Amino acid sequence: MEVLKEVACGRTVTVQKIVGQGAVKRRIMDMGITKGTEIYVRKVAPLGDPMEVTVRGYELSLRKADAEMILVE
Amino acid sequence: MPTKIALAGNPNSGKTTLFNALTGSNQYVGNWPGVTIEKKEGKLRSDTYKDITIVDLPGIYSLSPYTLEEVIARDYLITENPDAIINIVDGTNLERNLYLTTQLAELGIPMVVAVNMMDIVEKNGDRINLDKLSEKLGCPVIGISALRKAGITEAAEKAAELANKKVPMTPKHRFSDELEHAIESIEGLLGDRVEDKNKRWTAIKVFERDIKIMERLDLDDSLKERIENIIDGCETDMDDDSESIITNERYLYISSIIKDCYRRKSNKKMTTSDKIDRIVTNRWLALPIFALAMFAVYYLAVTTVGTWMTDWTNDVLFGEIIPPAMESFLDSIGTAPWLQSLILDGIIAGVGAVLGFIPQMLVLFLALALLEDCGYMARVAFIMDRIFRKFGLSGKSFIPMLIGTGCGVPGIMASRTIENERDRRMTIMVTTFIPCGAKLPVIALISGALFNGAWWVAPSAYFVGIAAIIFSGIILKKTRMFSGDPAPFVMELPPYHRPVAGNVLRSMWERGWSFIKKAGTIILLSTIVVWFASSFGIVDGRIVMVDDVNDGFLSKIGGAIAPVFAPLGWGQWQATVATITGLVAKENVVSTLGILYGFAEVAEDGFEIWGLLASSFTVLSAYSFLVFNLLCAPCFAAIGAIRREMNNTKWTLFAIGYQTLFAYAVSLSIYQLGMLFTGNGFGIGTAAAILIVALFLYLLMRPYRERPIEAASVQASM
Repeated sequence: MEVLKEVACGRTVTVQKIVGQGAVKRRIMDMGITKGTEIYVRKVAPLGDPMEVTVRGYELSLRKADAEMILVE
Repeated sequence: MPTKIALAGNPNSGKTTLFNALTGSNQYVGNWPGVTIEKKEGKLRSDTYKDITIVDLPGIYSLSPYTLEEVIARDYLITENPDAIINIVDGTNLERNLYLTTQLAELGIPMVVAVNMMDIVEKNGDRINLDKLSEKLGCPVIGISALRKAGITEAAEKAAELANKKVPMTPKHRFSDELEHAIESIEGLLGDRVEDKNKRWTAIKVFERDIKIMERLDLDDSLKERIENIIDGCETDMDDDSESIITNERYLYISSIIKDCYRRKSNKKMTTSDKIDRIVTNRWLALPIFALAMFAVYYLAVTTVGTWMTDWTNDVLFGEIIPPAMESFLDSIGTAPWLQSLILDGIIAGVGAVLGFIPQMLVLFLALALLEDCGYMARVAFIMDRIFRKFGLSGKSFIPMLIGTGCGVPGIMASRTIENERDRRMTIMVTTFIPCGAKLPVIALISGALFNGAWWVAPSAYFVGIAAIIFSGIILKKTRMFSGDPAPFVMELPPYHRPVAGNVLRSMWERGWSFIKKAGTIILLSTIVVWFASSFGIVDGRIVMVDDVNDGFLSKIGGAIAPVFAPLGWGQWQATVATITGLVAKENVVSTLGILYGFAEVAEDGFEIWGLLASSFTVLSAYSFLVFNLLCAPCFAAIGAIRREMNNTKWTLFAIGYQTLFAYAVSLSIYQLGMLFTGNGFGIGTAAAILIVALFLYLLMRPYRERPIEAASVQASM
């Protein structure tokens, strides 16, 4: 298992677990990142953060600090 | 009573386009109580159904208790009991859009699902089986294209029909047996505390331990404990927290229905939007393109068109055309001099001050609306987030500050594009720290009179402004007022598309009009007050109109306040009066000093009084005077804009109070520490300055604690 934050651009991974709790976790899951979802890591912003991923057919940006909560395979 | 239909859907689902198409020009734009979020209502245009009001809810992804928009939307749905819901769903992004649908369906309110962008779905070669979707969801589903106005009347009339028949919505979806069992048990325990129609929704919220709902229900302890036991059991069995269990189950359910009703053409061809994005947010090209886009906005609004039009309004329309015409008219009917002065120098000048900003603002709002509508604004936040979030600001805060170098008023108004309320308030508070065009003459005056026009004075003013933004951001971020509502930056990057002329023009007009309406009053009133104080005074025990500002009330007021500024090095009443008139417009500082030092009129940089100024100021006190005028409360027009955007008197007062106090503290430190280092001994002032610096350092360094995550509060808490 690795952290979404570490996944290189261009790779597709599957969500295993989302750690943490509260507003940020809820928001991440509300946006469709749930257990078993495929995530395609599209790119990282020019200044190195945040990152852009494709999930459930649309583009989502999230900060690396928040992407730390998402464990993938 | 008119029928109320709520329009709910995700951001970027075409909700605004649909709302505009359904209601036409028949709209009322206001604010949700106590917050800066817009509330729009409009009458449905329909031949069959009369007297139907459409209420546009904020764009939301979920009905969680964590963001202001979500809390507003669900409070409205539960407490105002709309007669029906139109749930607009983006057909090109069906899966995530249906997530909100599953939550809305549980409220028991009659509902129609309008699947938008069907034209694009078809063009892409995808297929959505609407009949099957309707069967699975348990409510009518209608395919529409809000942009082409296809199917929209049908959707609205269907909703009106359901509203009249009062057919409550009963969701068809079932979660896993284990979860259903837990929800049923909670429903049983709630008994008749909750109305039948939204019992399921309430039970699910109780299962999620939703703070807002628990507060509202106010259950007794033994009941709470029994419910907690049910939730605990379920959490242990399913190995997750209750909120996540529900979210997971919803998406599992959506995946299961989507399999049967949605066929995606499976070629992995890149869409036009993907191609644009590859260039626009490319690692190397993103920043140059961003700079170019910002330059274009600035060039249009500040350097050329916007400023030309605003200058024309100020200098020609309200300078050469209206005042002389009015003056000769007033002369011809023999108006008393005081009334003439009130009309010319008070009212017309005040109205001019309000209207003068409008052309520039419209140009700016047009540019911003274009950027928002085509999808680039979301990328601005994406590109700049890294820099701005450190200071508690949003990536989109860049635009207000950039525009603020030209004029703070449109700069503040540009903060409207920032979604998060906390980021927006912070941006509004710090935008006017950046020296605007009207502050340049003040800088020129001080630099010319005291520093022999040294090259570094003007750049240092910008440096002070930027430093003030950074310090304030870091300090305020840690205060209680700003530490609530944590803002997860989990943001959708919508596909690029061609802007819709109607939406862009409407947005431009609405923002411009709201400035006239909400900011206009403050600007007009304060201009008149300052006019009165400077043109009237007491001579021989009577209140009379005075020719010389020196005799007016203003100079007396200035004299009374002046000692307050003595620790800053400029206790002269002239400097104080100039600071007060600077509130009307910052460039007035120069002309007022000119008049007070005995000149009728001075050049823009006031070089006539350089000598006099040099003799009454020292280098240090002049710089302190400059810094104070740069950072303190902005002009009345900007204060009006702050009031408009904060939509709250307390926050407005807090903003200008903070700015003025901050300015005072910084100027005092500069002057007193400067005095110390130039060998002027140690006094009470020096001690105060050292204390202030120590306090600053403490506020900067103290650890940043995100407050324990609480539910978003609808009250504008202070």
